[in-house]
Amino acid sequence: MNAAVLKDYGPRKRREPVELFHGVNVDWLGKKWYFLAFSMIFSVAGIISMSMHWVQIGSPVPLSVDFRGGTQVQLQFAQTPDIGRIRQATVEAGIKDASVVAYDVASNNEVLISLPEQTNESSLDAGRQQIVDALHAHYANQFTVRNVQVVGPTVGKQLERQAGLATLYSMAGMLVYLWFRFQLIYGVAAVVACFHDTLITVGFFALTGQEISLTVIAAILTLVGYSMNDTIVVFDRIRENLRLSRREALPDVVNRSINQTLSRTVLTSGLTFLTVLSLYVFGGQVLRGFSFALVVGILIGTYSSIAVAAPMLVAWQEWRGKSGKGTTLPAAKRARV
Amino acid sequence: MKKNLKNKVLLIIAVLVVFTYGIIGVPSGVSGKALMEALSNRIHLGLDLRGGAHLILQVVVSEAVASETDNTVARVQQDLKTAKLTFSQAYKPDPTKPQVIRLEGTTQPNASVVRSLLDTKYSNEYDVNGGGADNTWTLTMKPLVQKALEEKTVQQAIDTIRDRVDSLGVSEPLIQEYNLGANQILVELPGISDLDRVKSIIQSTARLEIHAVVGGPYQDETAALASVGGVVPPDEMLVHGSGALATGSDADSVYVLQRVSVVAGSDFRSADPGTDQNGLRNVRFTLTNEAGDKFYEYTSVNVGKSMAVVMGGRVREVANIKSAIRDSGEIEGSFTPDEVTILSKMLRTGALPASLNYLEDRTVGASLGADSIRQGVTAAIVGVLVVMAFMLFYYRGSGINADLALFLNLVILLGFMGFSKATLTLPGIAGVILTIGMGVDSNVLIFERIREEVRAGKAPSAAVDQGFAHAWVTIVDTHVTTIVSAAILFLFGSGPVKGFAVTLTFGLAANLFTAVYVSRVIFEAHLNKLKPGETVSI
Repeated sequence: MNAAVLKDYGPRKRREPVELFHGVNVDWLGKKWYFLAFSMIFSVAGIISMSMHWVQIGSPVPLSVDFRGGTQVQLQFAQTPDIGRIRQATVEAGIKDASVVAYDVASNNEVLISLPEQTNESSLDAGRQQIVDALHAHYANQFTVRNVQVVGPTVGKQLERQAGLATLYSMAGMLVYLWFRFQLIYGVAAVVACFHDTLITVGFFALTGQEISLTVIAAILTLVGYSMNDTIVVFDRIRENLRLSRREALPDVVNRSINQTLSRTVLTSGLTFLTVLSLYVFGGQVLRGFSFALVVGILIGTYSSIAVAAPMLVAWQEWRGKSGKGTTLPAAKRARV
Repeated sequence: MKKNLKNKVLLIIAVLVVFTYGIIGVPSGVSGKALMEALSNRIHLGLDLRGGAHLILQVVVSEAVASETDNTVARVQQDLKTAKLTFSQAYKPDPTKPQVIRLEGTTQPNASVVRSLLDTKYSNEYDVNGGGADNTWTLTMKPLVQKALEEKTVQQAIDTIRDRVDSLGVSEPLIQEYNLGANQILVELPGISDLDRVKSIIQSTARLEIHAVVGGPYQDETAALASVGGVVPPDEMLVHGSGALATGSDADSVYVLQRVSVVAGSDFRSADPGTDQNGLRNVRFTLTNEAGDKFYEYTSVNVGKSMAVVMGGRVREVANIKSAIRDSGEIEGSFTPDEVTILSKMLRTGALPASLNYLEDRTVGASLGADSIRQGVTAAIVGVLVVMAFMLFYYRGSGINADLALFLNLVILLGFMGFSKATLTLPGIAGVILTIGMGVDSNVLIFERIREEVRAGKAPSAAVDQGFAHAWVTIVDTHVTTIVSAAILFLFGSGPVKGFAVTLTFGLAANLFTAVYVSRVIFEAHLNKLKPGETVSI
């Protein structure tokens, strides 16, 4: 029998934890001009795209049937549909202004047929019937109706109003909450960061020609909340550090706070981003606009806490310093733990 | 200390069991199929996942008002005739304002008598004005009365639609008033495959009435007009019908009918399809007592004359009054079996008090609904797996902690949905996915803090304490802001968006429990097992 061999592994080594951002020391505020340039490029690109859309279709971004009203029928064909032929079929049946668009032709043979808004609400449903009849004539039973949305002008306006009010109340609520937890300037900086995020996200929709629907508005409101979260984490740390070291210059405190929270910020945004990315990739066409808004929004939201909200705080304090109104950023009310 | 911990663990297990019950109730077995069944019993799916129709209808209440004032016009005329007061005409001057009635041509000497007559009989519901030198009077329906009538009309429409939908056997239909004050109705019909048939049953045959025939059938409107001297008198109207009734041809023909109906939809108590002695299909109806009296009065005076059954604005049938009818009779005609059934159903459930217009129609096919479920669940599973894997990799032992908390979070969230019978929509599934991402956020916050404290050299239990203490404030802040956002979405959003707000709120609320309390307990259990000199695996 062989002697068992005892191997000595040496003193037990503690496996070092995986740490992404240990000992980071970046001068974030020093880079604020790069950040500004980056934000400006995307904002301006977004605004230009939105202006072009406005000229072409009367609204800054393509609107879904929720807001522009009208009829939208989603059809699935047994075989690959020929868009031109479908359009021909609608024209022959006497349907005016039908727009035929490929929805998901590659994998699902699906096509969207839209009709503009009808002002006469007693015949609201007629459009859908006409489309189905026109297609029956050419395609017999080789297609199924997967989804129909008919929105009359009354409801369209109601939904617009609802979306507008929801956005307004959301922003106002955030501002009030932050004012209460911190100080007004923190609230203002955070709201400015949120506006920046919303502008760039909507700009992306304009740039990629995607429609804004009710669920997209819901996504945008959610990412406003999320961006607020992110900004709050950084602000919390700034507030804590200010309380601990009143002598340090504000820019240094802010930089240190960002560096300390960087690990946490990138990780949580990263994890949320991964889940939302999963939704974008696997969640299907219906949620595509929604998940796109979240994907863009989370990236921009994280970026804005560092690149927009924090520099704004410092800039405000510097402006106050120059006009001689006081030099230290108030550490705000003591947080109730 | 250990007993305390044991109690806490028991509490968590109890929570797990309770909410698992919320998700699947008590399943009949443990096979995959039994579990799926139990799940679908508890979790209520929205239309976008189940497939079905979502309709918003506008009740054209002005029609009900018009019909009421038509009746009043007839009564005014009758009253003035009985009191032998002269007048030239009573009519409604403005079709867009059906609540206004005009009386013209009274005489000056009679003015005070007319005034007292109108006041005694009509001032409850109408504002009476006029009686000046121009001998015209205006009766305007009081706004409160009009509003009450409009609301009653909407309520009647809801009841009628509900009856009709019930008779179709749709499971769990939703019919309710929508957008208070705007006279709108929301109808949701899950699982409907043949939408056209449903719509025709709900909406068609808006009005069903029997009118006295003054003249007809005429070839077209000019011929009809010629018979009344070129202008239709205000108490009569022209109605189209099928010529088959009189001449056997299918051509359109026009009748001149009395404007005021003899009996209208709500006067019918029951109606059944039947056959007469020749084997032709007919509809046998009975009227309510009140209507029966009115009908008897009318038919006894008008034997030999004709009555027209008007459905959906068209003359459907013309019947000769052979003798006085009290409250049961037959409507004969060349009906198809389907028509007879539909007609009976209409008569039985009462006619709609006014027409309905569509404002919105969203129909999701069942196949799209099934696809949406599949895709949503796939995305959710992938999301959960990715997050769990990452936490294990990055935080090692504590990663298990986070994963357990995440799992419990999902159980509580879905259990909440099951208990509260909240509706799960496709954006709702997205809300669950978002909860996963944001929920684990809290864990990251705590763990990062603990790592900092460990790096600063604190003892394991002190590090854990500090981690939780410091992170708590930020966790509350972030959760509250997102929940406020979700609350606003819930208030202002429509169906699917509401579903999103609900899952997000439930999920974050559950997260406050799991990320803090449950994680803490798991840490305590872990710390109890640590040997001196060992540190937390994080």
